[in-house]
Amino acid sequence: MHSLVPQVSPVFLPVERSCWTRSACAPNVASMLRYALKRLISLMISLAVASVVIFAVIEVAPGDPASFMLGVNAQEDTLAALRAELGLDVSKVQRYFNWIGGMVVGDFGTSYTYRTPVSQMIADRLWVSLPLALYALTLSTAIAFPVGIYAAARRGKPGDLTVMGATQLGIAVPNFWFAMMLVLIFAINLRWFNAGGFAGWDKGVWTGLHSLTLPAIALALPQAAILARVMRSSLLDILGEDFMRTARAKGLSRRQALWRHGVRNALIPVLTIIGLQFSFLLAGSIIIEQVFYLPGLGRLVFQAISARDLIVVESVVMLLVFAVITVNFLVDLAYAAVDPRLRSRT
Amino acid sequence: MSRNLILGACLSSLVVLAALVSFVWTPYDYAALNIPDKLQPPNAQHWFGTDHFGRDMFSMIMVGARTSIAVALVAVGIGMALGVPLGLTAAARKESWLDELIMRGNDLVFAFPSLVIAILITAVFGAGAINAIIAIGIFNIPVFARITRGAALSLWEREFILAARVSGKGAARISAEHILPNVANLLIVQGTIQFSLGILAEAGLSYVGLGAQPPTPSWGRMLADAQTMVSFAPHLALIPGLAIIVTVLGLNLLGDGLRDWLDPRIRVARA
Repeated sequence: MHSLVPQVSPVFLPVERSCWTRSACAPNVASMLRYALKRLISLMISLAVASVVIFAVIEVAPGDPASFMLGVNAQEDTLAALRAELGLDVSKVQRYFNWIGGMVVGDFGTSYTYRTPVSQMIADRLWVSLPLALYALTLSTAIAFPVGIYAAARRGKPGDLTVMGATQLGIAVPNFWFAMMLVLIFAINLRWFNAGGFAGWDKGVWTGLHSLTLPAIALALPQAAILARVMRSSLLDILGEDFMRTARAKGLSRRQALWRHGVRNALIPVLTIIGLQFSFLLAGSIIIEQVFYLPGLGRLVFQAISARDLIVVESVVMLLVFAVITVNFLVDLAYAAVDPRLRSRT
Repeated sequence: MSRNLILGACLSSLVVLAALVSFVWTPYDYAALNIPDKLQPPNAQHWFGTDHFGRDMFSMIMVGARTSIAVALVAVGIGMALGVPLGLTAAARKESWLDELIMRGNDLVFAFPSLVIAILITAVFGAGAINAIIAIGIFNIPVFARITRGAALSLWEREFILAARVSGKGAARISAEHILPNVANLLIVQGTIQFSLGILAEAGLSYVGLGAQPPTPSWGRMLADAQTMVSFAPHLALIPGLAIIVTVLGLNLLGDGLRDWLDPRIRVARA
């Protein structure tokens, strides 16, 4: 799998505003638009290729959904009727375009096993998976920021070394194992939380959040370890910059310089990592949902896999890929908006 | 040599040693059922206790190390074998359509949520160690391609490469003879990191039942089995988890240590 921490160029100078009047700013807007358009085209190509790959992988899957549903003793004409009903009787190319065309207008097809619209099944599950990923993202950021800043401010001192050791350990812990340990301690021994299951949002936001707390912690902690390390190293790079020395020279205290000039500039690479972590959290939640028996997208995928309900697998995977590619696209755009030098690249 | 390097090397070799020894010796037969002795906590006869079938956990952990290492190692091998030539080619033909194609292809694979696709692949083609290796290996390709290209690009600007070109060597020969040896250190470091990520990925896949199939022991599978018994036999979950942590921690420390030791100038932004 890819490296936990994407490479970020270490030097980020504060952005200078070179134009103040509308006419002087115009080329800037144009370059931003050109960059956005370029990225949008590559986003489209990525999505198209991704959809073909997913469709092809599902296509080569052994077994015919219709005969799987009806069993080995089914009559040939019954099978043919079911294939027609499921839209399996047309050519592969036709089927691909039907699938894509349907997805664009929100029609994800009909589940083979449940005979309900896939979009409805996904919408129900999304109410668990999405809040879980966002909850975990919030937790991981809330933990990583202060920890990373603390470590950078105390570089080389015992506090820093402790944090670095702890984050090294945090990266090595598999989140599903950590989840089991949380269940053992907080659900089985202390009985503060339920060991699994989801209470639902209709009993109130707090009840819902309460049942997502252990899964969110399990997801967040390994990510927080990575993020804290990025925050620390990014801040250390910034602290070595000339403008930091200037800030101190003009009379700011260490603390003032750190917060006013250091942290703000260090945030740029950190924000990128947060965007990228979203994809890890979505993927990670698939496994964490198994640990806590949460009725989210992950469980939906596994149930669909065991029932050979391939249309559901196909659509959920495509949706996840779409979410990840789109988030990365938005991060790129936000990044380019903040740092004009990036627009000339790629 | 740094403390990281020594500690990392010790932890990693401990795991590798356990895997190697398991080929010739384990305290008990890892597959032998012994129901009367089931669910024993760690004791003098069974150092890591026994599972719900009375199998010796220590033996299972040793053989499980074999599975984890084999899967992760081959996955890294796939990544290197395909990624490094791609990266070298892209760098040699900088800014050509080939470079563009390779790098766009890389971005595409990068954009996929790797675990989701690994689940898709293993789900469609069937669960098993081979499919887990392929699924993990595919996502190692762009990592190695990108890191090779990045390092090779700056090398191509150097005088000794110019000298090689003047002496009449072609791009392929320069890549193999001059570029590759100079990026080898970087690849070793990245390989160690990908190895540790592969161990984690394998554990995750086999935890959800898509990795090595029984009776082959694997750490992720042991954790999945332990899940329903964690309240009365916590050692079933603790021990395989600690095995994963020791391995991954060891490899990460080894990677960090090697990076500093092999080349202090290499500052991969791996925080």
